[in-house]
Amino acid sequence: MRPDLQELFRMEKLPHIWCPGCGHGIIMRAIAEAIKESGIDMDKTVIVSGIGCSSRAPGYMNFDTCHTIHGRALAFATGIKLANPELNVFVITGDGDATAIGGNHFIHAARRNIDLNVILFNNNIYGMTGGQYSPLTPTGSKATTSPYGNVERNFDIPTLAIAAGASYVGRGTAYHDKLLKDLIIAGINNKGFSLIEAISMCPTSFGRRNKLGNAAKMLELQKTAAINVKAAQKLPPEKLEGKFLIGELHNKPAPEFTEEYDKLIAKLRKEAEQ
Amino acid sequence: MTVNKARLIQGNQACAEGAIAAGVTFFAGYPITPSTEIAEIMSEELPKIGGKFIQMEDEIGSMACILGASLTGKKVLTASSGPGISLKQEAIGYASMAEIPCVIVNVQRLGPSTGGPTSTAQGDIMQARWGTHGDHPIIALCPATVKECFDLTVKAVNFAEKFRTPVYVLLDEIIGHMREKVILPNKEDIEIVDRKRPSTKPGDYKPYRTDESLIPEMADYGTGYKWHVTGLHHDETGFPTTKPALVEKLMNRLMSKLDKYKEEILLWQEESTDDAEVLIVAYGSTARSALDAVEKLREAGIKVGLFRPITIWPFPEEALARLAANVKGVIVPEMNYGQLYLEVERICKDKCKTSGLFKVNSEPITPDEIIAKVREVL
Repeated sequence: MRPDLQELFRMEKLPHIWCPGCGHGIIMRAIAEAIKESGIDMDKTVIVSGIGCSSRAPGYMNFDTCHTIHGRALAFATGIKLANPELNVFVITGDGDATAIGGNHFIHAARRNIDLNVILFNNNIYGMTGGQYSPLTPTGSKATTSPYGNVERNFDIPTLAIAAGASYVGRGTAYHDKLLKDLIIAGINNKGFSLIEAISMCPTSFGRRNKLGNAAKMLELQKTAAINVKAAQKLPPEKLEGKFLIGELHNKPAPEFTEEYDKLIAKLRKEAEQ
Repeated sequence: MTVNKARLIQGNQACAEGAIAAGVTFFAGYPITPSTEIAEIMSEELPKIGGKFIQMEDEIGSMACILGASLTGKKVLTASSGPGISLKQEAIGYASMAEIPCVIVNVQRLGPSTGGPTSTAQGDIMQARWGTHGDHPIIALCPATVKECFDLTVKAVNFAEKFRTPVYVLLDEIIGHMREKVILPNKEDIEIVDRKRPSTKPGDYKPYRTDESLIPEMADYGTGYKWHVTGLHHDETGFPTTKPALVEKLMNRLMSKLDKYKEEILLWQEESTDDAEVLIVAYGSTARSALDAVEKLREAGIKVGLFRPITIWPFPEEALARLAANVKGVIVPEMNYGQLYLEVERICKDKCKTSGLFKVNSEPITPDEIIAKVREVL
């Protein structure tokens, strides 16, 4: 590990529990780099997670950290941020945690445009429980609970977040880790709900069952299937078939919830003084 | 000293005012009958004092939200009723496990399921004790008057802070919506308890290390302590462990930490118990009917007394056992099929006859029904 990043980790808790070839370690490092480069006060930074593989990340990170219950990280984080808006609040969550059991909190935190930096590790599967299909498992893909191929349709997370009201949305991958870091920094700088989808890979529970090859092959797939949104704008639709967009997908500043609430408090105080 | 005016307010309002008097500055909730007034009052009052109110998207989100706020050092409250309390349970268990102070007001309505939203009931007694999975500590307080809604909400906040455990205030619909004349205490006369903050520097802080108090010190998020909170079994550093000896150590402490403070936590009222031959054990609005029945029976020369547990969980077992040793029978009227009766029977069955008077039809138990039951037992 880069020596200058060590203070951001609880070094004695490493190595992490993730399987060999898992993309989550790369994404966790990108978060640490983004925090470091952004220059925010690490004593005033809280990292909250739910339940699942990605949600184990805060345990390794040297901040006030909260490993909550399944799906509710955003609700805990909402309480933390609203109670003390001075804090920089990050949420680390997975595809199942955020968009299945936590789907309601996901859309409502976005709707409020509360200043949270959400990094959603998308590995297309419930890894911790051994590989059941999630709302991000592509149609047709195999999982232990879709042995004949997934019959359901999958979400597109950025579209969901934008529709719900997020003011900043980006997507990176474990392969495009520098881009990922830059997107997280941009999310930190956005005063409002920032959603960064981080495409990860789960060779153990998703790749193996769907014959996607080893971790290196899965990373290569991220490289070949991803296309930067700026490049995509210049391409005809047929060239985008089978590709997914990465980069800054949405950046539309909007009034932030805790600031608006503080304005209400100030207004009531003023009225009481008069 | 200023003397506060007498006011006519309802139980739900007294809960809200009690919470604010105790120092609550954060409320998250979801609308549900018959507790909604508490949320409405908090939404109006909290921003005036720099506090925060949020109406969350669902019940478990409300519970999770107040736990997050509590971690930043705020005193927190939520309020709901049966269906909502059911939905909050997983997060209530998290509060027990991670020892996050919080208060939950449950204005009980008739269940199960949607049941009777505006009907009174006392059907959540066992849910309050065992609603979330696994063994866990809990405190539940049960007011019988509007004034007591205020006083016990203050106490609930203090208990939550001192013992780092979720505390229920268990109203029933009658108590929540009943209006009574109250004179609320002056601010300076209200005892306020704050959680213990760390006595060590951040580097030396072990968030779940305890001394003989059995209650660990709690750092506010954002003050440099950089501690880890989890619902997994954890050691005194706060990090997960699966080692049986450490899991057992944590569970034993959690399950015994309230025992140490029983004298402070256990509250009850005794009325005409000195020479009583029959003892009525009643709580909440049912205790009001029971008290009326006691007065009428005494006028008729029948020696009957009332034992009213104010702390329902943990149950004031020794106090009841003492009284039960000197009576012929104990009667438990309650608006359920005998949830607290089970506890009373366990405590009293070797000492006297026990019987229950159960009513689950959306109407309160009347004094006459209790009188008839007493005559039947005698």
